[in-house]
Amino acid sequence: MKDPIVEIDNLQKHYGGSKGFFGRVRKPVKAVDGVSFTIHPGEVVGLVGESGSGKSTVGRTLLRLHEPTAGKIRFDGEDITHATPQRMRALRRDMQIIFQDPYSSLNPRTRVIDIVGEALDLLGPLPKAERSERVVQLLEQVGLTGDHLRRFPHEFSGGQRQRLCIARALAVRPRFVVADEPVAALDVSIQAQIMNLLVDLQREIGIAMLFISHDLGLVEFIADRVMVMYLGRVVEMAPARELYANPRHPYTRALLSTAPTVDPRAARARKRELLQGEPPSPANPPSGCTFRTRCPFAVDACAVERPAYRQVGAGHFHACIRDDVAGGQVVPQVA
Amino acid sequence: MGSSGTPISQPPLGSDPTGERFLGMRITPVTGRRLRSFRANRRGFWSLWLFLVIFVVTLFAEFVANDRPLLVRYQGDLYFPVVQDYPETTFGGDFLSFTDYRDPYIQEQITQAGGWMLWPPIRYSYQTINYELEEPAPSPPTSENWLGTDDQGRDVLARLIYGLRISILFGLALTVVSSVIGIAAGAVQGYFGGWVDLFFQRFLEIWGGLPQLFILIIVSSIIVPGFWTLLGVLVLFSWTQLVGVVRAEFLRARNFDYVRAARALGMSDGKIILKHVLPNAMVATLTFTPFILNGSIVALTALDFLGLGLPPGSASLGDLLRQGKENLQAPWLGITGFVAVALILSLLVFVGEAVRDAFDPRKTKA
Repeated sequence: MKDPIVEIDNLQKHYGGSKGFFGRVRKPVKAVDGVSFTIHPGEVVGLVGESGSGKSTVGRTLLRLHEPTAGKIRFDGEDITHATPQRMRALRRDMQIIFQDPYSSLNPRTRVIDIVGEALDLLGPLPKAERSERVVQLLEQVGLTGDHLRRFPHEFSGGQRQRLCIARALAVRPRFVVADEPVAALDVSIQAQIMNLLVDLQREIGIAMLFISHDLGLVEFIADRVMVMYLGRVVEMAPARELYANPRHPYTRALLSTAPTVDPRAARARKRELLQGEPPSPANPPSGCTFRTRCPFAVDACAVERPAYRQVGAGHFHACIRDDVAGGQVVPQVA
Repeated sequence: MGSSGTPISQPPLGSDPTGERFLGMRITPVTGRRLRSFRANRRGFWSLWLFLVIFVVTLFAEFVANDRPLLVRYQGDLYFPVVQDYPETTFGGDFLSFTDYRDPYIQEQITQAGGWMLWPPIRYSYQTINYELEEPAPSPPTSENWLGTDDQGRDVLARLIYGLRISILFGLALTVVSSVIGIAAGAVQGYFGGWVDLFFQRFLEIWGGLPQLFILIIVSSIIVPGFWTLLGVLVLFSWTQLVGVVRAEFLRARNFDYVRAARALGMSDGKIILKHVLPNAMVATLTFTPFILNGSIVALTALDFLGLGLPPGSASLGDLLRQGKENLQAPWLGITGFVAVALILSLLVFVGEAVRDAFDPRKTKA
């Protein structure tokens, strides 16, 4: 296998938590609390979790849009955790981001030609004709046309705007893209279009992608490998097919059991594992396994220490000490 | 459309994408709406025009009020005394000194040679002393001195025109310089935030606590301030006016997704500030500008009134008001000064109001 393009080791991002002015210590909010993973060239990794689980923070921190509190970020073998702003600027061409809200991620005062052209300019100056030709090319690649060149963002629909954002991100020919809930703000019918576009583009160009979403169905559609986050930690990581067929962590199972399916018989046959309560505050997480307060299988040992990642299949890792739980039943273990 | 609540009017998608034009430049629909809204405010619109007329007329003060003719025809040659100095000998005088065209002897020389002089409408410059007053100075309005003369026999109307010019120019210069500094400071503060912001805010608080007027008095008692030194001293304190607004806009805008996207693209901070963040802050800034201009004019007038402003002898609104105060028996001085100051300030306030309303994002109708 090729060397990974992105390598994250024990990434942490804490907010606040500075020592107060009079020696009062405020607890930090641990938005991301020790996340490690790798992404290989051309691979699509899905990152799933509920709101506030820290999935967007992972995406932004690994691009150094936020400064990490601790941990290591390696891009293409280079440690960029503390890369200088100058170095980062040069590296940013290789890593791009598509934001969730296509309404706020386009400058309302900038015409299409400049939105995409500005990104092109970063690769070096182009003659004017060639520049607009390249912009048209990029627009056509994402399903827009050259007629749109002189338009302003407000003249587009949400889906079209997201296409523009994708064109802008692709303009610098990145090798890695973070798609931060790129379709969450769109209608379902438009979601499908944009997802298809992303899949097509990804196959065509072969870029690596971190696809962040709270929608398990979308992630299954696009990702090669899926990570499930809960309260700043990855609780399970597996190849997409394996994760959906054989979820091991109680949280993953709960998520999957509540995801809607199109097959009514399957839906009826399925047992829902509804979670009780709210996720705890990341400023004051439970000891040990953070999921234990809502986990139907929690035992005393869960509160003692943070569960380590254990491999339970090919590329399938999870962080749960209860190996004896399978299919929602407690199975007596044969020692 | 008014009920839609969206701040941006949406032209149909099939419309001409090149859109409206203003002064030959392509403008965005938002700008177009603001222009229409500004024009719709009759008072502000006409105030702007009246102000511009006054400003342009005073810019050419030398051609409106001068003690030299615009054009002299003498022995078949044309002379332009306004733009060029000629020695008296040119017109048959005895000395090599600058020609005094008001001198009856010179006038006689020119007419006797079959020449003529084209005078500006007011035959006095701001420092021309009328030695032929019927009454002791300050003398009341006559057909010769339309608004009377001041206590040194100088024409009030001429001084008013020159005084307005220096006031407006000084105000504009002060506004521009302090806006540029203020915007730059606010931009840096808001964009980088954190410690830079914290430190700068405290600095501004301390700076704002300095007793401006006393410092100005001390400075002008040490050096006699000219136009530029006075500008410098006033800028010291006026640049802080815009910092707060610009800082707030930048603090807001730096977290916009499109600013993040620009950062993610690897654009330099300077370019992001100029292209993506500053245009947002410009709306708030532009709204303030007429009022800052107003404040600048008042500042200069006040200093001149106190005798701490421009060097003695220069024409200025403040000097006119001071003379009015010292010569209450000559009401034309005070009244002229009052009307002029009140008019200019009112015009600017009306313009400012119209600009503010035009930029109000809550207004959806043009």
